[in-house]
Amino acid sequence: MSDVTGPVQRPQTAIPLSVKIAMAFIALFVLFALFGHALTPHGFRDTSLFDRLKPPGTEGYPLGTDARGRDLLARLVTGAQITLVVAIVGTVIGAVLGSLLGVLAAARRGRTEAVIVAAIDVQASLPIIIVALFMLAMFDNSFTLFLLLVGLNGWEVYARLMRGAALQAKEAGYVTAVRALGASPARIYLRHVLPNILNIALVQFTVNLPLTVLLETALSFLGLGVQPPLTSLGQIMSEGRDRLLTAWWLTLLPGAIIFCLALSVSMVGDWLRDRLDPTLRSES
Amino acid sequence: MSDAQPEPAPQAPLLSVHGLTVGLPSDGDRPQAVTDISFDIAPGETLCMVGESGSGKSVIGQAILGMLPSALPVLSGTIALNGDVMPPQRDMRFDAIRSTEIAMIFQDAGASLNPVRTIGGQLAEVLAVHGVPKAERRPRVLEVLRDVALPDPARIARSYPHQLSGGQAQRAVIAAALLLEPKLLIADEPTTALDVTTQAEILALIARLKAEHGLAVLFITHDFGVVAEIADRVAVMKEGVQVETGPTDEVLARPRHAYTRKLIAAITPEARRPGTTAPAPILEARGLNLTYRSGLFGGKKSVQAVKDVSLEIGKGQTIAVVGESGSGKSSLARCLLRLEEIDSGTIRFRGDEISTLQGQPLRKLRQSMQVVLQDPFSALNPRQTILSAIAEGPIIHGMPRAEAHRKAGEMIELVGLSPQAAGRYPQEFSGGQRQRICIARALALEPEVLIADEAVSALDVSIQAQILDLFADMQQRFGFAILFITHDLSVARAIADEILVMRDGEIVERGATARIFDAPAHPYTAHLLAAAPGLEMFQPESAA
Amino acid sequence: MTGYILSRLIRAAITMLLTVTLVFLFIRFSGDPASALVPPDAPQEVIDQYTRAMGLDQPILKQYTGYVGGILRGDFGYSIHTGLAVEDVFLDRLPFTLHLGLTALALAIAIGLPIGAIAAMRRGSALDRFVMGFSVFAFAMPNFLFGLILILTAALVFGAFLGGDSARVIWPALTLGLAAMGSFARFTRSSLLEIINAPYMRAAEARGVPFRTRLIRHAAPNAAIPLVTLIGLSLGALVAGSVVTEQVFAWPGVGQLLVRSVATRDLAQVQFLVLVVAFTMVTANLIVDFLYLLIDPRIRAT
Repeated sequence: MSDVTGPVQRPQTAIPLSVKIAMAFIALFVLFALFGHALTPHGFRDTSLFDRLKPPGTEGYPLGTDARGRDLLARLVTGAQITLVVAIVGTVIGAVLGSLLGVLAAARRGRTEAVIVAAIDVQASLPIIIVALFMLAMFDNSFTLFLLLVGLNGWEVYARLMRGAALQAKEAGYVTAVRALGASPARIYLRHVLPNILNIALVQFTVNLPLTVLLETALSFLGLGVQPPLTSLGQIMSEGRDRLLTAWWLTLLPGAIIFCLALSVSMVGDWLRDRLDPTLRSES
Repeated sequence: MSDAQPEPAPQAPLLSVHGLTVGLPSDGDRPQAVTDISFDIAPGETLCMVGESGSGKSVIGQAILGMLPSALPVLSGTIALNGDVMPPQRDMRFDAIRSTEIAMIFQDAGASLNPVRTIGGQLAEVLAVHGVPKAERRPRVLEVLRDVALPDPARIARSYPHQLSGGQAQRAVIAAALLLEPKLLIADEPTTALDVTTQAEILALIARLKAEHGLAVLFITHDFGVVAEIADRVAVMKEGVQVETGPTDEVLARPRHAYTRKLIAAITPEARRPGTTAPAPILEARGLNLTYRSGLFGGKKSVQAVKDVSLEIGKGQTIAVVGESGSGKSSLARCLLRLEEIDSGTIRFRGDEISTLQGQPLRKLRQSMQVVLQDPFSALNPRQTILSAIAEGPIIHGMPRAEAHRKAGEMIELVGLSPQAAGRYPQEFSGGQRQRICIARALALEPEVLIADEAVSALDVSIQAQILDLFADMQQRFGFAILFITHDLSVARAIADEILVMRDGEIVERGATARIFDAPAHPYTAHLLAAAPGLEMFQPESAA
Repeated sequence: MTGYILSRLIRAAITMLLTVTLVFLFIRFSGDPASALVPPDAPQEVIDQYTRAMGLDQPILKQYTGYVGGILRGDFGYSIHTGLAVEDVFLDRLPFTLHLGLTALALAIAIGLPIGAIAAMRRGSALDRFVMGFSVFAFAMPNFLFGLILILTAALVFGAFLGGDSARVIWPALTLGLAAMGSFARFTRSSLLEIINAPYMRAAEARGVPFRTRLIRHAAPNAAIPLVTLIGLSLGALVAGSVVTEQVFAWPGVGQLLVRSVATRDLAQVQFLVLVVAFTMVTANLIVDFLYLLIDPRIRAT
């Protein structure tokens, strides 16, 4: 564009209302998971044979109970905790693993790169849910294994994106210039390449987080994820689905929370992407 | 080509633009893109519209064809073709005017052809949408392709854009413009992306077509050299205002506006002081070879970018390496900087062999040889403040942080930026300012050799002149040698003691700047000089 | 061009071989494969018999070549529950999954592409915002929840049960195709917006080519390139989604078979299905790569 002489400031646009609502929902969800047990005297495993399948609004059970008379509110709080932990830990595992491999491939080239690219190809040809099912058929289902499997979700996307970005950054003029200044490879990568490609991983994180929530809940819904006595939002739905017509709250309430969480995170993610990188902009 | 035409043509104007004012969106850097523009173009006349980037010259071309986006509204003024006022912008009726009355070509010819369709198909489509019967289309397409002197028109018609060279693509685009024999051709920087010899061919082609077809041309350019070459009349634009208009000879000989004088001066530099006695060489290369290899399956491709190149640079000397794109001049720079591993040859710095250095010794050497790159927008880390970028070199080489920052602050002022720049990020600066920052970063290490790789090519001509002055100033102050890589002969003439001419990886000629310009020995050098637009107008002979 | 085809084929073969190797290694090192492959209550002599039959007493490299050889011969093993060859069990289920998956893909393309294109044309309008909103909604909606909502609605409004019946494929297909529909819409919109602003589109406009012709003859062929990529990529999501969707709608397809086999630890069946998925995906990626040859002359030149 024109040769502007003064400093150019990107205009600070206000946060759209929809994004504010999404942020508020995420905050509410986290608070609910952390402190929700204060809302109900019942534990999430306390059964009460007299209070089975109570609809929401029943005295003492604001969200109703399940077939074994357990308080749905208490179960949702625990479910939210587990879902939150699995989503965050799982996403972080994938992000760190994938990003490191991607940058490593770009930095080392040669054989290292060939091996990493082949691994990316293999992962890309196997949807993560299939890998997870295969592993769960072979190994005993444990929470740790489940967490690791969920963590694998999307690592290959990070690896591919970060490899591309790092290769591009390596060719950027500023890296050439800094190399010519006499900077060591460590300095070039830590101070110049990484800070400039971290945005990409951050944006991918917001795309990956809702997908991880959906993967965890889907596996738990299939009865192959989080196992009783623990519970998660998907597992609550799984237990309630046979009573869909008679006790809708057992499926629809956790389902609504999952949906709103995934929706909110991806809305905030879209907005963040527009802010961080105007070239990836979806609008305008 | 401003041959003896009688003064203002008595004919009725073909195109008449009167009082044209186009608005800008409210967040633009000025309220109007162009203000109160008026000019006529007579049949068969070439008007050059000259201006730097952001001067609004391209807006005028788009307005004539009714292609302004709604963000750029026409606020007042009229455009008339053969006396008839044109429809409002983006009106459907323009489809019938485009190609038949007025055709337009753009800067990047390759990009203005659809990558997934053949040239022939795209040309035939222009005929089809303007109602030419099917049987007549192919013969006409082949005819215009021949007319623009493309070899083997039938093959070109079958080709896809990526199979053509830049010059061929521009010829194909010109052919598309000629299909329906329009009266006016609008050419928006059509040769800017081309090498100087290709540019000369395209300019000659446009001049020939103009003569043969009686075509009027509105030629939009930033380059006064091109103006001197082809224009009958010239209009100079600055920040949306038409500052000067007149017959080319008159404007070139007696520019009235200061801005016009500045633009003309930029392409007609004084040749630099002739190289005095050759000083002792500080950087010497012997028999450099570099080959790029690529491709895993289906045939290895290898390009020999640098072939047996030898050169030496004396202490405090300025040497320019001139060549067209693909001549290997940038690869040569990368070899000398040890950013690329050479296949064979030797590089000596102050007599020491450096082509085999690795690791720490190589990094230590780097403080004596610095680089300024072509694109000032990518050359600075967007996440680093100016101060930190300039101080980084000294810090790497062991200077305490506080001292390095003080030194960086001095450099910032030395290259002509305000001290407040220190805490800002590169995005906040213009291209010219960024190039000053890059120079400061390189000089903060007090190098003995500075390699500038097309360091002014991305800048507007008036900014170019300022940056070249800065290089000369700094050289006088610090006494480093400069190896200046450029494709632009006027830049080389402005700065160099000695010129090396490169072609296909080899140095074909070297000599003192004045000698190269006055008496080129190698035919390729002579060819380059002849092709450089406008340069011959300012040769000492023609002035005498 | 032959270089391109050859390199893609080699890459696909390597990917497939690596997948087979990984599956082999995981099965061998997950514990005693013989006891994993037989029912949990099988007596010791049955396990020993399996061990010998599978060559588990052989060196690992020989086991590996035997394993790969078996796959190449089409010898995949037997389901521990039905005793049938795993490929026969799979082939019984395949038509249902194909019916469901192809219907879902067709729905996603038939709805996703046009609404994305309309959103791009009417950029910034209420319609555009609606389409963009829909794509976010479709991305975030878990398919099991959407399926359950459809079932619940049908039961309450029409008093009908949606499931199992192939005549009612539309409901599970809608559930399965929803996410792809959203991403097709979003992607079509962004590719078209990029193409509409490309220099060659402005050049065509400057040559007097009318808007509709520009759209059909210039924008569409260019938009096809990223869309082919996207449709190829969406296949993985469809395979993954079918596992859940078939479960929700009690659809007797491959996905349901997989979940059931995992739950009952029918390892021979599971490993076969994993290899089938990998093979399908690798083949689909190859097809996508070869489609580029047809639609993008720049790749033909390489």
